[in-house]
Amino acid sequence: MKYIDEYRDPALVQGLLTKIRKSVGRINHPVTIMEICGSHTCAIGRFGIKKMLPDNINLVSGPGCPVCVTSARDVDIALYLASQENVIFATFGDMLRVPGSNGNSLQKQRAEGCDVRIVSSADECIDLAQNFPQKEIILMGIGFETTTPTVAVTVEICRKRGIKNFSVFSVHKIVPPAIHALITDPGLNIDGFLCPGHVSTMIGSNAYSMIPAASCAAVITGFEPVDILEGIWMILTQIGNKKFEVAIQYSRGVKPEGNLLAMKLIESVFKTETVEWRGIGLITESGLVFRKAYAAYDTLAKFTVPDIKSLELKGCGCGDILRGIKSPDQCALFRKVCTPQNPIGPCMVSSEGSCSTYYKYY
Amino acid sequence: MCIGFPGKIISIDKDNYAIIDISGTKREVCLDIVDEPVQIGDYVITHAGFAIHKIDVELAREKLAMLKELIENEIY
Ligand code: SF4
Repeated sequence: MKYIDEYRDPALVQGLLTKIRKSVGRINHPVTIMEICGSHTCAIGRFGIKKMLPDNINLVSGPGCPVCVTSARDVDIALYLASQENVIFATFGDMLRVPGSNGNSLQKQRAEGCDVRIVSSADECIDLAQNFPQKEIILMGIGFETTTPTVAVTVEICRKRGIKNFSVFSVHKIVPPAIHALITDPGLNIDGFLCPGHVSTMIGSNAYSMIPAASCAAVITGFEPVDILEGIWMILTQIGNKKFEVAIQYSRGVKPEGNLLAMKLIESVFKTETVEWRGIGLITESGLVFRKAYAAYDTLAKFTVPDIKSLELKGCGCGDILRGIKSPDQCALFRKVCTPQNPIGPCMVSSEGSCSTYYKYY
Repeated sequence: MCIGFPGKIISIDKDNYAIIDISGTKREVCLDIVDEPVQIGDYVITHAGFAIHKIDVELAREKLAMLKELIENEIY
């Protein structure tokens, strides 16, 4: 077993498609299924899952790309911080090209001389901090429950080692409040959710209890074709039987209780706060900010950020796309003005954004 | 962004970092947030430079076998 190829087995894929056709035949209405996670959006595009499915199954993408849901204001603050003297601004790669209100991006600022560096893991900042003691290393802390523990543990390591020239600009968000917002959105009518695999590795299955409570199916699903098709089949089974629960398809990656150690790490370093999601607006207690005890690692406690007038991007439909109300091809700018080479909105910049996935695969 | 890869632990050093093999590619990952004891030979799921979960190999095998059986026998 390598835990990859086995889940791409064509015989299993065909078998599951037969099951799906049978199950959906027993349900006498079209079924809308939302995948919340950007990695699912990507996998569904890459493996051509939509084309395999019967017409009466409609897959829509949700707000599960952390880059895409970062508010215009937070992007502007990042651009401000990256332009400060004696700062090394570290970020995961996808953030690099997201445009701010003034048309700048981290990439453009880097070309103009700002020290912006791409890291692929938070703990790379520890080396940066030790190698450049005269500089402040700022990490753009972005991501959901999957990524946040890696940042929290990096902060803990720095604290233990007495490293003082490192801080995090935390725009971390948590997933369950966003799902709650989607369920209660009158503009949306979702029959089932493919719940994110690796967020669930951390938060476990109980965190999604509001989904079955709203008579919606919920299946925590992995990222290979067999996973996704089995997840869809399990959703259809719940709908067909009208018995809703949070089921785990991705049992090789998720325990019902989640990763308690990682959740404790998040909990000890961060606390929740009501924050803005791009295109969606304020979501109650959905962001993570530093607790007082960790203020020494909180960029916003170390730097004074001026009041920036942030503007939403004109004509960009990311808001409706992130809520699953529109698909990218329904945006007037899609493909004509907005392309991966010239992205207007974050959904086109991020490799896991709905618009760039659509551009690549549909 | 929440992408993760399954890999096999090849070695573990004193700082609790492991070298893992992801389908032939070697990567270094920190083991500080896996919530179960791991050793060389174990499979873990990794994300952004950290192992985040130990794969229960038996469970995965059983589940896959069950799925195959379900499909072959058309139980549903
Ligand atoms: S196609 Fe471009 S402009 Fe339209 S919603 Fe997507 S990112 Fe925004």
